[in-house]
Amino acid sequence: MRLIEKPWIWAWVGTISIWLVIASLSGVSAGTEVLTAAASFGTFFVLVAIGQMLVITLGPGNVDLSIPACMTLASTVAMKVMNGSEAMLIPGFLIVVAIGLAIGTLNFALIILLRIPPIIATLSSSFLYLSTAIWYNRGLRVKPPEALADFATGKIGVVPLLAIAVLVLTVIMHFVLHRTYFGRSILAIGQNPKAAHLAGVPVERTRFMTYVLCAVLAAICGYFLAGFSGGAALNMGEEYLLMSIAVVVIGGTSVAGGFANLPGLWGAALFMFLLVTMLNTLGLSAGYRLIFTGAIIVAVIAISGKKR
Amino acid sequence: MSRFLTVNTMRTLLPALSLAAILAAIFYLQPRTMSYFGLNLLLNLAIPIALATIAQMFILCVNDLDLSLGAFVSLTACITATWLYDTPVLGVLALAGCVLAYAALGALIHLRNLPSIVVTLGMSFVWVGVAVLILPTPGGKAPEWIRALMTLKPALIPFPIIAAVVIAIIVHFGLMKSAAGVVLRGAGGNPLSVERAGWSLLRIKVTMYALSGFFGVLSGMALVGLTTSADANIAERYTLLSIAGAILGGSQFVGGRVSPIGAVIGAVTLLLTGSFLSFLRLNPDWQIGAQGAILILVLALRVLIDRSDKRS
Repeated sequence: MRLIEKPWIWAWVGTISIWLVIASLSGVSAGTEVLTAAASFGTFFVLVAIGQMLVITLGPGNVDLSIPACMTLASTVAMKVMNGSEAMLIPGFLIVVAIGLAIGTLNFALIILLRIPPIIATLSSSFLYLSTAIWYNRGLRVKPPEALADFATGKIGVVPLLAIAVLVLTVIMHFVLHRTYFGRSILAIGQNPKAAHLAGVPVERTRFMTYVLCAVLAAICGYFLAGFSGGAALNMGEEYLLMSIAVVVIGGTSVAGGFANLPGLWGAALFMFLLVTMLNTLGLSAGYRLIFTGAIIVAVIAISGKKR
Repeated sequence: MSRFLTVNTMRTLLPALSLAAILAAIFYLQPRTMSYFGLNLLLNLAIPIALATIAQMFILCVNDLDLSLGAFVSLTACITATWLYDTPVLGVLALAGCVLAYAALGALIHLRNLPSIVVTLGMSFVWVGVAVLILPTPGGKAPEWIRALMTLKPALIPFPIIAAVVIAIIVHFGLMKSAAGVVLRGAGGNPLSVERAGWSLLRIKVTMYALSGFFGVLSGMALVGLTTSADANIAERYTLLSIAGAILGGSQFVGGRVSPIGAVIGAVTLLLTGSFLSFLRLNPDWQIGAQGAILILVLALRVLIDRSDKRS
């Protein structure tokens, strides 16, 4: 396959062109700083988008709308339990993973037991998670342990530590998706669930593991995001609903399922951050920024879409 | 099971029964609501929510999902409270433009074969952006005639009930009983056969999106008539409310299976759920959660009904 035909190429072309615009407007050194910021924020987008991508790849109708609520609940509980104590870092992390496991299991239980579309299942359950988070901490912000904040905001040179960690995770997931039985099962189910079933792929077990993995990644993202931004807040997950889906689609993963790629996630995550930064640099008011953000997302999707 | 209580009638009755149950619970908890004035207060916001749910239902009917509806209703509310009040001609043109924009969206989604979820998520930014430009800070005024219409006090039956019934019946006859309605719904049920029979899928999709936009505009206008002012996020919750309401009312995600009467009932049920929970003096922390739980409960009941269908 030629480079131009790779599904992820457009996200990277967009990222590079926007960066060039920013660099030409405000100079190369400012451009480097923007790139570091993009890597910091993009890391969180990629972390949730990996899970969302695997879920979307399962085929039409599969999407997890409970990601923001899952991030909020996991980080709220973890921050309160840790209460700023560094000795609790590992237990806090384990709690986050456990909450992710529980949420993923509950989501899938609703999907399979009530036989309702995942959109409605994860939407209804997200109300429950959000309520639990509100009840648990009444929206108070608890400071993260210092070590967690240091790690989440730490850098080697200009490269954020967390970005390196998630980059390693991306490479691992790339291997998992294309080389392991689990990953290939996801792709097979997305391409044709019936054929996958007849070929002996454990369809429901794979779907179950995918939803759980998505929830766990969202919970972990919430943990580090709370460390990054000085505590868990009730609305911390808000923008991640759109972002998780937009990053997956702009990254060249098929919304119809069956075809996924990881390089596109990074391209799309950086693209989304740089896009907002560019609109800020241009000095546009909030209204125009929103309009351009939306219009560019729709335009990118429309261009990458296939003609009927 | 008796002849009259077949699975099919139970499935149709489920939304109505849920509504009756929640209404009975409210009357029990707060008998004073059982009056003209009480019902008026209780159901006040039912009209804009029912209209938004109908708008969502048109999109569900062609197997799509609109995640921008709340933002769109907010925008039309802002236009109603500003331009339609100050310069009615400009206001009418802008609202017509909103409907056209929805129709264009339908064409775009069909022609490029795009996922409606992503396109509408992106468009929600655009709608909010335009709304912020039109009305940067909360304010505006409701046009007098809308205000007068929304505060009508007909004899005997409160206005929200009459309006809800009228909306349900009009859409029911338009979509479920007319020849054109059959074709429109058929495009959700089996697009291929509708196309083979000579109908243009593009025109059907554009029609459905335009209808959805039209009811979205009506929802925004009705909302301003009640609140008398607007802001750019006034109807944010309508996206989820409209999806949940339509599903509660028996609409399905695929196959063009929708029910306008059910959608209106579902919307009213969801609205009453909020009142019910506050009458219960439930901890406000659990309000959103309880709505999610009720949604799950009704869906579980539907599964039980479907199962007994298979058994018999």
